[in-house]
Amino acid sequence: METAFTPVHSLLGGALIGLAAVLFMWLHGRIAGISGIVSRLLPPGLSRAEIPMSAAFVVGLLAAWPLYSAIRGEAPESTLVASSGVLVLAGIITGFGAALGSGCTSGHGVCGISRLSTRSIVATLTFMLTAFLTVFITRHLLAGGS
Amino acid sequence: MNIISTFFIGLLFGLGLIISGMVNPAKVQNFLDLAGSWDPSLAFVMGGAIAIALPGYRWVRGRSQPLLSDKFQWPTSTSLDAKLIGGAALFGIGWGLGGLCPGPALTVFSSGAMPILLFVIAMIAGIIAAGMLSRR
Repeated sequence: METAFTPVHSLLGGALIGLAAVLFMWLHGRIAGISGIVSRLLPPGLSRAEIPMSAAFVVGLLAAWPLYSAIRGEAPESTLVASSGVLVLAGIITGFGAALGSGCTSGHGVCGISRLSTRSIVATLTFMLTAFLTVFITRHLLAGGS
Repeated sequence: MNIISTFFIGLLFGLGLIISGMVNPAKVQNFLDLAGSWDPSLAFVMGGAIAIALPGYRWVRGRSQPLLSDKFQWPTSTSLDAKLIGGAALFGIGWGLGGLCPGPALTVFSSGAMPILLFVIAMIAGIIAAGMLSRR
């Protein structure tokens, strides 16, 4: 399935993400890494003192979809390509990997690179590489092309 | 005050994910499909985010404390260990398979579509499992 090249929207959306990350550090002293924020709401990393802040951030994320839909009069474009079975497997691996590697696309890819953290640069190069390989294998080697 | 401001920061982050196209797994997987229907848009997401956050963080670093909190919680770990590399490698595999990373997954969760509910529940299970393993 082809998707349209959207450099302006993507750059603008990315800038909003970057702005949110800077505001979270400037105002609250915290890294806007989503897997980290979520893990502080779950055992065993559950931190009572961090619950209100982490929950508020997650509720904000959850509110974006209905707000955008209300303003635009239609839901954002989002097409799930994978089957439900693959999504469950993908969910487990995504969550497990992000928590084990202490970060995901936001924590390492945006915040970490912007801090020029060697750890985050290495992590981002690693997950980009395995993500490219995974799509190459599933789309071109297993499925015989898309 | 802290909670309201954090809510709006999360909202801004979520709107950024929506506008950028990160919430569309088809687009994410096309970005990752160099050999097929490649859509380079998502490189612009990272570019736009870093273009703001890199100078923004540099400016924040010059300050003594956050505006609404008592101290900065900059990450301090510097070790390039097996947990970091192995975790990142697995994360990339999951991201490639599903086309969803944690932020977009939570944002799309509000659509209420069944497959995304399954993904988020599985992701939460994965986060808990990794936490248990790391603590042992």
